[in-house]
Amino acid sequence: MRFDLRLIASWIRSGSKVLDLGCGDGDLLTYLQEKRGVSATGIEKDESKVAHCIERGLSVLQGDINTEIQDYPDHSFDYVILSRTLQQVYAPDELIRSLLRVGKKGIVSFPNFSYWRVRLQLLSSGYAPVTEQLPFEWYDTPNIRVITLRDFMKFSRDVEFQILKMVAIKSDFNNKVGHVVRFLPNLRATYGVFLIGKES
Amino acid sequence: MVEKRFFRFAEPPHEMCLESGAGLGPLTVAYETCGVLNREKSNAVLVCHALSGDSHVAGYYTREDPKPGWWDIMVGPGKGIDTDRYFVICSNILGSCMGSTGPCSIDPITNSPFGLNFPMVTIGDMVKAQKALLDHLGVEKVLTVVGGSIGGMQVLEWCMRYPDRVVSAIPLATTTRHSALAIAFNEVARQAIMSDPNWNKGNYYEGPRPDTGLAVARMIGHITYLSDEAMRHKFGRRLQGKDYFSFNFDADFQVESYLRHQGIKFVERFDANAFLYITKAADYYDLSSLHGGGSAVEAFSKARSRFLVVSFTSDWLYPTYQSRSMVQAMKKSGLDVSFCEIEAEWGHDAFLLPSKRLSALIRGFLERVERENAGESHAF
Repeated sequence: MRFDLRLIASWIRSGSKVLDLGCGDGDLLTYLQEKRGVSATGIEKDESKVAHCIERGLSVLQGDINTEIQDYPDHSFDYVILSRTLQQVYAPDELIRSLLRVGKKGIVSFPNFSYWRVRLQLLSSGYAPVTEQLPFEWYDTPNIRVITLRDFMKFSRDVEFQILKMVAIKSDFNNKVGHVVRFLPNLRATYGVFLIGKES
Repeated sequence: MVEKRFFRFAEPPHEMCLESGAGLGPLTVAYETCGVLNREKSNAVLVCHALSGDSHVAGYYTREDPKPGWWDIMVGPGKGIDTDRYFVICSNILGSCMGSTGPCSIDPITNSPFGLNFPMVTIGDMVKAQKALLDHLGVEKVLTVVGGSIGGMQVLEWCMRYPDRVVSAIPLATTTRHSALAIAFNEVARQAIMSDPNWNKGNYYEGPRPDTGLAVARMIGHITYLSDEAMRHKFGRRLQGKDYFSFNFDADFQVESYLRHQGIKFVERFDANAFLYITKAADYYDLSSLHGGGSAVEAFSKARSRFLVVSFTSDWLYPTYQSRSMVQAMKKSGLDVSFCEIEAEWGHDAFLLPSKRLSALIRGFLERVERENAGESHAF
């Protein structure tokens, strides 16, 4: 499993209830279900991925995360995960509020736009950056938001939620391996993973 | 090889009390089973058929039998519902004409067919009869109850009436209540039957049958089971066995010929009164008002099953929005629900056609509920 997903999994208590927004092929949920005994639910918009998840024994709904999340009663889940998807969301503030309404805690990860290679590409070439983490041209990218680790911290103050834990990571080789970045994370990390909660 | 069996119950004075308040008995339910019930009795799967179906869900009656059961693509050894693993039960619904008690059965009081003296039966009554059958077969809990269309309504009704007896449920291409569009098509179909002079207020069993009316009713049904896209691909404007218009009212277009053929085939096997009764039962069905005081969320809060809801993109009889609103209510009541909208061009009929995707979905879902159910049983 991907390095960032293993990190996310390590934050989740056994036996808890988890909702994964944009669960893809369900790798994280399957891992959590089998290894941690969590009760796992996923939302995914792609029919074939949804089918794949259900075939492998997950409880997954086909639909748009922004609307599907609204049907759940308050505090339905212990954790709501938004992995590598925030940069594709049209109304991130609304989604984060919904996320913290239906979940007691949220886990949000996204590619860091201020990673030094991204900065360097823009500075040196003058083209919109295309990297391993953000491998699209400007005209075909699903990633409509550019977010940096620092942006997300400011976002937490603006939208009024709490960052309970933050880990900056640098992943390599198809994301299978990676390490935690402690020194100059906003410059040196490819991804940020945040555990968030409501402001107390 | 399968065998049609009959279960007789509700002998007077213990008639079954119907939703309308009327009593009905004795009752016969025709049913078939495939596979073997395991020692723990935990592998039973109940299949509910739609409007014109019967208990013959899969397999063949004899070695020479040319046609297998209506869902043989899904039910059988190694298939989506694997009969090497599961004990599959399918019974003919009450009000039908395929072996279970319905308007063409003999009324024990008059010794002639019921006709319109047959009481109105509901989806709930059909489910109640199925439950009596399961009691008779010694099946306390079903691992899943699965069905499409009107069969899907029975699936939902099972979860409302007997929540503790249904571990999981798979409503396919169905709805919690008919839209005005669906009722409208049913009404036109019923009018076609009732305006056939042979119908004779339902009293035709001694004389000529309302074949024309029933055939037209079936033709209307077949239009709703397809879709614009499906008809374009299947027929387009192609002519049937000719190159030029006949300039009379023979069947020129392939679509005309197809519908006429479907109509004629149907009257050979189906009873017009049964068609009236079953379509009316489907029109009356409204899960929210029956079980939730008008609220689907309230209704679903009675359910205890895990759900797999499936809709099909080109189904305009029970469009995806109806499945989505069902799923929404299930989520709001805290139920475990999976939902998939399968891309299919064949309209409502898609649930009966071979689909690797649907088979795989059902197989994966069943394996999960089987595993979780075994885990829970051990926990107690």
